[in-house]
Amino acid sequence: MTAREDVLTRIRSAVSNAAPAETVVRNYRVEYDSGDVIERFADRVADYKAKVRRVGRAELAGAIAEEVGDRRVGIPAGLPPEWVAGLNTVVDAPALSIDELDALDGAVTGAKLGIAETGTIVLDSNEVCGRRALSLVPDWHLCVVDVDSVVNSVPQAVAGLAPEMPITFISGPSATSDIELNRVEGVHGPRTLIMLLVG
Amino acid sequence: MTDILASPGTPDGKPVTSHGASGDDVVSGEFETRTVPMPWPRRRLTPFPAAAKIKLADTQLRRNLRKATTTIRDKRQRVVDELPDWEELREAGRAIKSATLRDLDKHLEQLEASVTAAGGIVHWARDGAEANAIVASIARQHNVDSVVKIKSLLTDEIDLNVALAEQGISAWETDLAELIVQLGHDESSHILVPAIHKNRNEIQAIFQASGLEPTSSEPRDLAMAARQHLRKKFLSAKVGVSGANFGIADTGSIVIVESEGNGRMCLTLPEVLISVMGIEKVLPTWQDLEVFLQLLPRSSTGERMNPYTSIWSGVTPGDGPQEFHLVLMDNGRTNALADEIGRQVLQCIRCSACLNVCPVYERTGGHAYGSVYPGPIGAILTPLLQGMKGSESLPYASSLCGRCYEVCPVKIDIPTVLVHLRSKSVESHDHFSINDTAFRTLAWIFGDKRRYETAQKLGKLGGPFGSVFRPWSSVRGPLAVAPQSFRSWWKEGHS
Amino acid sequence: MRVALFLTCFNDTLFPNVGKAVVTVLERLGCEVDFPMEQTCCGQMHLNTGYRPEAEKLARRFNEVFAGYDAIVTPSGSCAGTVREGYPMLLGFDGPPVHEFTEFLIDVLGVTDVGASYPHRVTYHSTCHSLRALKVGDRPYRLLKEVRGLDLVELPSSEECCGFGGTFSVKNPDVSAAMLADKMRHVLDTGAEVVTAVDTSCLMHIGGGLTHSRAGVRTTHIAEILASP
Repeated sequence: MTAREDVLTRIRSAVSNAAPAETVVRNYRVEYDSGDVIERFADRVADYKAKVRRVGRAELAGAIAEEVGDRRVGIPAGLPPEWVAGLNTVVDAPALSIDELDALDGAVTGAKLGIAETGTIVLDSNEVCGRRALSLVPDWHLCVVDVDSVVNSVPQAVAGLAPEMPITFISGPSATSDIELNRVEGVHGPRTLIMLLVG
Repeated sequence: MTDILASPGTPDGKPVTSHGASGDDVVSGEFETRTVPMPWPRRRLTPFPAAAKIKLADTQLRRNLRKATTTIRDKRQRVVDELPDWEELREAGRAIKSATLRDLDKHLEQLEASVTAAGGIVHWARDGAEANAIVASIARQHNVDSVVKIKSLLTDEIDLNVALAEQGISAWETDLAELIVQLGHDESSHILVPAIHKNRNEIQAIFQASGLEPTSSEPRDLAMAARQHLRKKFLSAKVGVSGANFGIADTGSIVIVESEGNGRMCLTLPEVLISVMGIEKVLPTWQDLEVFLQLLPRSSTGERMNPYTSIWSGVTPGDGPQEFHLVLMDNGRTNALADEIGRQVLQCIRCSACLNVCPVYERTGGHAYGSVYPGPIGAILTPLLQGMKGSESLPYASSLCGRCYEVCPVKIDIPTVLVHLRSKSVESHDHFSINDTAFRTLAWIFGDKRRYETAQKLGKLGGPFGSVFRPWSSVRGPLAVAPQSFRSWWKEGHS
Repeated sequence: MRVALFLTCFNDTLFPNVGKAVVTVLERLGCEVDFPMEQTCCGQMHLNTGYRPEAEKLARRFNEVFAGYDAIVTPSGSCAGTVREGYPMLLGFDGPPVHEFTEFLIDVLGVTDVGASYPHRVTYHSTCHSLRALKVGDRPYRLLKEVRGLDLVELPSSEECCGFGGTFSVKNPDVSAAMLADKMRHVLDTGAEVVTAVDTSCLMHIGGGLTHSRAGVRTTHIAEILASP
């Protein structure tokens, strides 16, 4: 018997006398009103010590330029070029090596969606978000989130995602409380996270 | 601390390979505890009361634990109170897990098919030894002498690092606390904050002894020293090893929930990724994540959402590891599955909420439980996975106060399972026990009114009560039988 | 109304005054109290320590002794919990309908003022079974508030376990003592003269500790307070 057959046989034997599986009742909230969703989202992202700016569409490029300054930043191939016109950018296509990513000062990406309830930004490796390593290795990450992509609840977010591509949920810069329960922000991953909420 | 860590029965450090239960004896299968030659002792066979007594006297541990557990407890309560549908989420979490266990074989088969279709390779392991062999074999195929690891309780359960070391492969822990524990040749004492028993000066000393160069003992500086040290490893690692919080059957997706970012590093940068997953971690559908991504962060770190959650399915060209292996491991889970009352322990999502509210854990810490899984969940999971032998004292390491059940996001009725396992502990006695005699005598007395009344009149009820409550008077005033029992007063025609 | 009193083995043997107090209160409120003489023990100790066959015998005997009663009242939250939850979950059969004393007063008799007076400073400890298994909630508080002259002071961390846990206090006496130390500290911080609860088991443990440390604070079951004229 292979290990596979053995384990499956043991499982079937273990539950052979059990009552049939119950029907799952889902009474939790999916859609609900919690006031201004965008404001809620912005507040909760800021709660995690990320820097948050709200900008109109016409001001986006200017805001990005202000934040990026003279940093040399990596960008995904599908990032709208008008967002970063005139800035010192490196396109992650063909894929940069790990050392090249490490040598960047930062990264600028878009996002797939935002979750207001939890202050979460979700990237899904599409052409605007870029591959995962791009928003991970550089120490500085500026993420552009469109207000139209912000949903209120986690169930709404999950329904709007499909995992054919890798997905990353980001809720603030990284943190640890492992030393005497003192919270330290920015262990691995970008120590600076800036969100521009546009629209 | 060394007497707690000493493992009797290993005078020559002779290895005993752990083996799976025989296929025809599902319910009572037992695993021998594995003892191996290694730089530091591993499994403790010290019964809980003896271990607890020593830990109670460790004032730094007591202080750290009280601060840690009360802080996390309060954080959890605040974010739970935010959600008006928390109880509905808990009920859905329980129901999803329970239904999944009932049809576990089907869900695992679907997971295997989905992961394979997405370009991953699925392996099955009956026990820890097989799982370790699979991981070592993949690492050897890629000619690496080291791997980077994300914290995984399961890999601790099976001593993966030891198994790899025996094959000349170093496993570098990358979670800060796991790094501290590893460099300090120590043991984790909490599921979520494993190094809570260490203070900053001790950590600084551990780092310095291992070649890290923290600029001070401030937590921030210690964390930055760790960042520097580990970053080199992340950027050059070829093989990463992880556990899995969830495995989604219909999409073939694995989910890792973390805080520090080392998870993202290990899951994204290496060429090869190996995830070892307990068979109970499968969820049927993508939609089920909407429940667990709410239950887990709020229950474990007391946040609305943890900093990073990574989800991937198989292999994606141009993004992340191009070779992905999923190892599905049993290692006693089917034993727990076969136990009608104990089966619910497999609903656990390893949040550690139960640890943070347990009055016993708060005072003794994790080491006293002598297992990778401490606290209330550990007291039931350890005996159910590995059999009662060696775990007899664990089901009694509880006053049955019930706080664990109140906070468990998947509603595991830990007190009921504890009591259930106590009867297994009694059944497993193969020796004469004074307690057994006392209790059986008491039951015999209670079985008949006249025997009972006679015992009362003779003050003899104090007798069997007395032997049962022997350690009573060391901290409390004496227990005395009343001069006249209630029933005697009643019979006299109360007025 | 006819009520059967399920006193519990340790109250019968060690704390008969609790039983007398329950009878006093129930009769004052117009109930006819019956004490089925055959009763001995519900089996909690055996069930919770792992002696299941013995517990099952005692549980079946309990069911026979109390068969036919519509109302069964007990001054023990933990024993009520054993019959209502322990029997079905661990033994696979139900027990008869048992009410914990304060539940009975409020839910069945519909009273909060039982005509008691007790001019002492009192603090209330929430026993784990009554709090979490039976969910008695604020019923004891509502009764205590109506007692004339009673100065009720809230116990900090009242919902924390006192550390008794029956078998636990003997299998893990050191952890039990550590938990007792914190409970006593909270009690003494209230400046109360009396600690009360709905379970003599916890009170026995807390009271034993208070006596041992000559703290000058005593314990009394809530029934004894409610019985005071």
